[in-house]
Amino acid sequence: MSATAGTAVWFAQHESRLVWRDWISMITAGRRERLRIVAMGVVAFILFMHFVAYWVVGPHAGAAIDKQTLLTITTSALLSWMLMISQAMESITRAFYARSDLDLILASPVNSNKLFGVRIATIALGTTLMALPLAAPFIDVLIARGGWRWLGAYGLIVAMGAAATALAVGLTVALFRVLGARRTRFVAQVVAAVIGAAFVIGLQVVAILSYGTISRAALLQSKPLLALAPGLGSVLWWPARAALGQTLPLVAVLATSFALLAAAVILVAPRFGNYAIAAAGVGNASVVRSRRNAFRKRLTPRGALRRKEWILLRRDPWLMSQTLMQMLYLVPPALMLWRGFDQDNSALQLVVPVLVMAAGQLAGGLAWLAISGEDAPDLVATAPVPRRFILGAKIEAVLGAVALIFTPLVVAIAVASPWHALIAAAGIGIAAAASTAVQFWFRSQAKRSQFRRRQVSSRLATFAEAFSSIGWAATAAVATASLSLAIAPAVLALLVLGGAYVLSPRAHTAW
Amino acid sequence: MQPIAPPKPAALAIQGLVKRFDRPAVDGLELTVRTGEFYALVGPNGAGKTTTLRMIAGLLRPDAGSIHIGGIDALADPVAAKQIVAWVSDEPMIYDKLTPREYLEFVSGLWGVEPALAANRAETLLDWLDLAPHADERCESFSKGMRQKIALAGALVHEPRVIILDEPLTGLDAGSSRQVKNVLRERARSGGTIVMTTHILEVAERMADRIGIIAHGKLIAEGTLEELRRQAGTHAHTDARDGGSLEETFLALVAEPAQAA
Repeated sequence: MSATAGTAVWFAQHESRLVWRDWISMITAGRRERLRIVAMGVVAFILFMHFVAYWVVGPHAGAAIDKQTLLTITTSALLSWMLMISQAMESITRAFYARSDLDLILASPVNSNKLFGVRIATIALGTTLMALPLAAPFIDVLIARGGWRWLGAYGLIVAMGAAATALAVGLTVALFRVLGARRTRFVAQVVAAVIGAAFVIGLQVVAILSYGTISRAALLQSKPLLALAPGLGSVLWWPARAALGQTLPLVAVLATSFALLAAAVILVAPRFGNYAIAAAGVGNASVVRSRRNAFRKRLTPRGALRRKEWILLRRDPWLMSQTLMQMLYLVPPALMLWRGFDQDNSALQLVVPVLVMAAGQLAGGLAWLAISGEDAPDLVATAPVPRRFILGAKIEAVLGAVALIFTPLVVAIAVASPWHALIAAAGIGIAAAASTAVQFWFRSQAKRSQFRRRQVSSRLATFAEAFSSIGWAATAAVATASLSLAIAPAVLALLVLGGAYVLSPRAHTAW
Repeated sequence: MQPIAPPKPAALAIQGLVKRFDRPAVDGLELTVRTGEFYALVGPNGAGKTTTLRMIAGLLRPDAGSIHIGGIDALADPVAAKQIVAWVSDEPMIYDKLTPREYLEFVSGLWGVEPALAANRAETLLDWLDLAPHADERCESFSKGMRQKIALAGALVHEPRVIILDEPLTGLDAGSSRQVKNVLRERARSGGTIVMTTHILEVAERMADRIGIIAHGKLIAEGTLEELRRQAGTHAHTDARDGGSLEETFLALVAEPAQAA
């Protein structure tokens, strides 16, 4: 049954239909016939996560409500909340700048405030739903092993989604006012990514500097931190108490979060149209002159392609920031390396797999840009060079950039231990090549500006890339201790790649 | 006795070309374009014009049939065929973060043009198309017209023998449109072969040596405007017989297969 046109309910129906179809299209990469397979994959992933959760949080389900428990829950919730804010900021920025239907809405005689209010609420719902597949297995295990009181954790997730969206709306609008429409798009996306990474990295950096380990647990269980933590009666523990199912904190946390979201809707929705109009004016970029001595030397097709990739990457600060954001995760291992330089090799055993993992992820992003994010595919496809030649040049561009970033780190390791450096170099090369292969098998034509959406355009490719990187990182980690034992994780990583190849849409067609 | 020169191969020879998606898009198309000819391909929406051009340019593989470009079998040796062909689509695909000069350098690199020669040609094209004042500005701030002119310059910088254009005038203002038409005319005059689709029948009427009308994936009529008028006159009672415009001729010719379908 359809609601009366122009009402908030009618807009909500319209929005939910768009969101649902967009979501289905994203998870199936636009092929609805895959829906059943993808659904089975999602169920398998959630089941697998339950096993992981059983191992990680199962033993702690019956923990007493003391400072240690409250601190651990609060920190974990804060960590997740940062990621939710990051996700919500990304959605809000997209809502301001995506022009798909704003012209129609703003030109129509309906009260657009209702739609924008509904749109903000939808972002809150989406942010919450995105967190659930990762949080639910942990909460389920806690309920199964610790009792129904942990049901409150679901309430906390809902409250966190609402509050994260409210804060993200506030932050984005503040950026709009301070920086203007032109700069906000870039800055908001960088801020979103930094918020997502900063908390994790910050905790690791403090742990390394204080305890010489990358483990956050060491910091959270340390006596000085527990001594600094507020008393058990503090309201700062209320979110943690809400997760533990205590009624008053749960109601208070939910009420506060919904009040924040309501305030964001009431204050921002009426101005949303103005922000969108301002953002629309950003369409024509300002004139940027680039003087370079063109036509200086003879370029082979391969050289021309390689140089083009590097120039495009260098000149796009947004893409550069999005790509290099993954390098932030290298800060803790680099710090470990620096601290453990004159000590034993235990630090290196931790650093090597982190580098391998980061190389895989970085190569995946760069490979997507080079292979799928080709802005002039017709031009490249009509060039008089064999297609494998084009692919070769693009792979060289990707691996060249990866080598440029990781070589100094491998050299630093080599000074401490040539054997570890050799393993790191091999692991980085293999992980980067594997991620590039995944991006090649799952290639699809897209604009470079859609880089942030690449991870949702094919979930399968994203998971394959991530699990392959994890597999090669594990192989490198084990190889530092024993080469023969490293065969097992290497075989697993190869199986991941084989599975990705079989399931990839291009596996059966020539390029 | 003077030796007899071998006959020059057609710039483009297509035989029995077939491409099916959900339904046949191109259905046994036969087409020959002579060297140095300006050939316009017109037809209603969905007639198979773009699909045909994309197969010629090597962007789509046909299900059946053959394509010879300058005597080269484009399906057997696509790299050799691409060396003498340029493709310009209705939606100019260029790189926002490159300048026009850098874009032309990139295209020259892909086609292996000597740097000094490429630099000369690039300067000439930038002048012709009024792009010289913007040659060192990044393309991200350019209008559709400027982007289309850059794409055209990219197509010409490697001096192709055959230029394939799909609706190159769509969305251009009168000034840009005239510049593009002048460059194409000049190219045809200097011996280049041009195959172009257009919805603007007036353009086909004024610029093309021959016009092909395509409907339902088949070439239903072909010739000069005069020849098309005669063909239309035999098909239907229409003003097209006696000096009618291409529009009237086109509608008369397209109407019959549509009725038959």
